[in-house]
Amino acid sequence: MLWDEKAECMERDEINEMQLKKLQKIVKYAFDNVPYYHKKYTECEVFPEDIETLADIEKLPFTTKDDLRESYPFGMFAVDRKKILEIHSSSGTTGKPVVSGYTKKDLDYWSELMARGLTNWGLTDEDIVQNTHGYGLFTGGFGIHYGAQKIGATVVPISTGQTRRQVELMNDFNTTCLVVTPSYGLYIGEVAKDEGYDPRKLGLKVIGFGSEMWTEEMRQRLQDTFGVPAYNIYGLTEMMGPGVGIECTEQNGLHIAEDFYYPEIIDSNTGKHLPEGTKGELVLTNLQREGMPIIRFRTKDVTALHYEPCKCDKTFCRMERITGRTDDMIKVKGVAVFPSQIEKALLKVSEAEPHYQIIVTRPDTLDQIEVKVETSPDLFSDDVTEMLGIQKKIGEYIQNEIGIKVKVTLVEPKSIPRSEAKAVRVIDKRNFNN
Amino acid sequence: MNFKDNYDDLKLKQLSIFLTNNKGKLYKVLNLLAENDINIRALSLADTSEFGILRLVVDNPTKGQKVLEENNYTFKISPTIGVELNDIPGGLSSILKVLYDNDINLDYLYAFTHEKTDNAIVLLSTHDLNLLIKVLDENKIYIVPSDEVYHL
Repeated sequence: MLWDEKAECMERDEINEMQLKKLQKIVKYAFDNVPYYHKKYTECEVFPEDIETLADIEKLPFTTKDDLRESYPFGMFAVDRKKILEIHSSSGTTGKPVVSGYTKKDLDYWSELMARGLTNWGLTDEDIVQNTHGYGLFTGGFGIHYGAQKIGATVVPISTGQTRRQVELMNDFNTTCLVVTPSYGLYIGEVAKDEGYDPRKLGLKVIGFGSEMWTEEMRQRLQDTFGVPAYNIYGLTEMMGPGVGIECTEQNGLHIAEDFYYPEIIDSNTGKHLPEGTKGELVLTNLQREGMPIIRFRTKDVTALHYEPCKCDKTFCRMERITGRTDDMIKVKGVAVFPSQIEKALLKVSEAEPHYQIIVTRPDTLDQIEVKVETSPDLFSDDVTEMLGIQKKIGEYIQNEIGIKVKVTLVEPKSIPRSEAKAVRVIDKRNFNN
Repeated sequence: MNFKDNYDDLKLKQLSIFLTNNKGKLYKVLNLLAENDINIRALSLADTSEFGILRLVVDNPTKGQKVLEENNYTFKISPTIGVELNDIPGGLSSILKVLYDNDINLDYLYAFTHEKTDNAIVLLSTHDLNLLIKVLDENKIYIVPSDEVYHL
């Protein structure tokens, strides 16, 4: 099923023609209204009128997460703050987070993008969508919410957690669509079984999943558990939120909403375009956004783009599932975590340079994060109670910084391996590469 | 007795060492001290499921400190005092009663006996060590000078 056939089934040359028009318009809009772009483009001596073809986008400098952070909180807005109806935020690599602002129009666009995806999966106003993504500054919750409401579905905005209640409501309400992170979905399945339900008989039609890395094997487990197809959603706060790319029922890549986003794949070292189908860093440009147009944003997500027609009716290009990052960001329980945030928390407890290692595991279906911290005279007391207090305090500072609970283990000095080039800060024992 | 205000000659330079609760950790550090000819006078180990604090009084704390530093141990010099008591029933409780009466809360204590006398030595630790010394002294309880403990 299609939500907006006219938009979703354009011929390639129509798409490109529309993209060029939108690109020219938004570059000018950003240049005229966002001081950051005005300054940056002037410095680089590139101006809106230099965009004569889509390929000319390469003339424009990239926008990075750090650029956005430096404009914290509202420096990237192209409109008066009064016109911004909603704000979301994601963690920054260091220090301040990144803010994303939405006007009334932007919220409509966002709903529209999600509505297309949900409709592609066969959902209508007959359906009940149970949204386990967190409602809050994280975009996952609201993005799904707006899209589901747009198609007239009934939304159950339960957020993450209260898992037994999730199962109970799925059963009582006859939820037809469950939106989860893959690991949380698997966990709900287990709890359902523990509670005496057959997850395959809960009446689900479809599962939407996103906001963490996954493997085809995990998808298969999710589908087997609930006996329904599971489709991936991709997005990021900086560019709006979920809905940048959504899988169709072919499960052969995520269709990027090319009328709202212009995707590029670059070599993250040279910044140059890579040939179609080659894996590299995804760079995205908002082609239509009022509150905060972002041009050539380096997502640091690794994927490849495919332009050959999909078996479904949609003509938008497809991106592969994300298989890696070009930086050291990790996603734990759907939350973006940077080692630098852990470092920042540790510096609050001790002034000495912290030596630490982050170990992420998924013993069963849920992520666990352990932070090993080397003790130093600063982080040591002769008193066991005080030592346990230090351990607890580190845990609290980290949780305050990254938003999720971690296990803190104090270890002896020099017990964390040092490497000459770069310390191995993260050991991710979850396997996403098969 | 006429002590200096900070009672330095009474305070034992106890070494408190951080160890993770893993096989061989205790052996490794004790072996390191042995190899460097450092003799242990008294030892106690406080542990949790993940880590422990090894507390040691050695014959040469300065050397002990140097060896631990060179081998990257996390440790602290945590001053403690040694009190001599009769190695008979009630010996320790009589001291504890004095502390109780004077409202002093101990962080920990451990005791050892030695061959040179029939007496036991109990090591006491609390946050305000000077107050502890003052109270013990007022109650005529003998605090063994640090040098004497090191060279027992």
